[in-house]
Amino acid sequence: MFPEPDWRPTCAGQALFDRARLLTSVRAFFAERAVLEVETPVLSRYRGTDPNLNAFRTQVDSRGHSWYLQTSPEFAMKRLLANGVASIYQIAKAFRQDEQGRHHNPEFTLLEWYRTEFDLERLMTETEQLLRAVDVDQVLPTKIERFRYRDLMLERLALDPWQFDVDVYRACAKRLGFDDAPRICGDAHSVWLDFLFSQAIQPQLGRAALTWVYQFPVLQSSLARVSPNDPNAVERAELFIDGMELANGYHELIDARQQQQRFEQENQWRIEHGRVAVEADPRLLAALRSGLPDCAGIALGLDRLLMLLTGAGAIDEVLAFSSARA
Amino acid sequence: MAEYSTNEFRGGLKIMLDGDPCAIIENEFVKPGKGQAFNRVKIRNLKTGRVIERTFKSGESVPGADVVDMEMQYLYNDGEFWHFMVPDTFEQYQVDEKALGDTKQWLKEQDICTVTLWNDAPLSVAPPNFVELTITETDPGVRGDTSGGGGKPAILETGAVVRVPLFVQTGEVIKVDTRTASYVSRA
Repeated sequence: MFPEPDWRPTCAGQALFDRARLLTSVRAFFAERAVLEVETPVLSRYRGTDPNLNAFRTQVDSRGHSWYLQTSPEFAMKRLLANGVASIYQIAKAFRQDEQGRHHNPEFTLLEWYRTEFDLERLMTETEQLLRAVDVDQVLPTKIERFRYRDLMLERLALDPWQFDVDVYRACAKRLGFDDAPRICGDAHSVWLDFLFSQAIQPQLGRAALTWVYQFPVLQSSLARVSPNDPNAVERAELFIDGMELANGYHELIDARQQQQRFEQENQWRIEHGRVAVEADPRLLAALRSGLPDCAGIALGLDRLLMLLTGAGAIDEVLAFSSARA
Repeated sequence: MAEYSTNEFRGGLKIMLDGDPCAIIENEFVKPGKGQAFNRVKIRNLKTGRVIERTFKSGESVPGADVVDMEMQYLYNDGEFWHFMVPDTFEQYQVDEKALGDTKQWLKEQDICTVTLWNDAPLSVAPPNFVELTITETDPGVRGDTSGGGGKPAILETGAVVRVPLFVQTGEVIKVDTRTASYVSRA
């Protein structure tokens, strides 16, 4: 006799109520600030060039071009901004292939918002206010920390992330007991940084605080502007709580030529690493040429926020049906 | 043997690592923001039993290990090898002392064990979770003596030593949980 397939939700019934309450308070927060809720296409003709994001590919008509499920609503929202709408937010489904684990589901919900005339500093503060507003039961840490990426690496690993000498990085990994690092990272500076940051630093971040890391390496963030006081860094900030990445924001790059160059660099990387080059989104580039207002934007993982608010240990526990039962 | 990508890593998957067959215990997907994704994996080396942690770049592939678990009946020991038989096919396998390891102390003829085969050769043997064995030697319990509370040691017919309550005597058959090497009840 065959058992019945698992048809029941992966979350407990209470999680449905918790999610509904979270969505209501997010919408109330932005309504109060006159930030407009928008919807943009989930299915799109173009995708980002980011070498570390794999988009789901499909077709709109069976013999036509490839289309993609969005990995985030960023490009479409920037086109709305370029067209003159003021600050906007969206609660959007995003899709990323090959991402599955305790903190990842291939389909997930992003809260993404853009504030015209905000810099990163102001956006970080607003994010903190949002977290306070939705944290009805006051379970999130009250302390707030902000660290520069470079300072963290220097203080905790005694490593300067702006310099790259593979022997120095190997010695650092060896000191920390990461024997696999040389095999995995080879001589790629950005992979070394990803490895050391995610394995040696991130697990300790946000343990009793909302921990921001900002001014990330320029080679890792193609949509953020370069920091005015450090040419090696970009105006990007990430928020960590309980060792988990919760949000990622930029003071947005608005220079169309620079943006095109970054896309080309990412495509170059893709080709050098045996991946297929991706056609840079011509509509986004045209919108940037026509003029994107000075703005800052941030994407926050709502499922992960719900995990933190409810004490869930895995993303499955806050999704009605995780991919295992979708 | 098939190759497995990190996307297919699951608890229980058998892979080859540094020339040894291994089983994945736990697989944690780690992805920094916009960066390279990694899989941090806890792995048991099936030859040594040691548990190690390894990190892979997501998307990397490793060869699978031809490892299968089979239920087999323990037949006898010829002094050098322990002989097992697949009940359905009567196919027999001999296991050396190294592969048998600690399981030796629980083996009673006729019992059904789980034999792990790698490339059709026995790699390890897991005893049944519960076995019933005769006590060959234990101190006679002193009536009323409840000091110590933890009972007394008893030697079983297979040579294993477990702690038993004071009222259990030599010659009795007891049920033992082999996973914890502890007394469960009189059989």
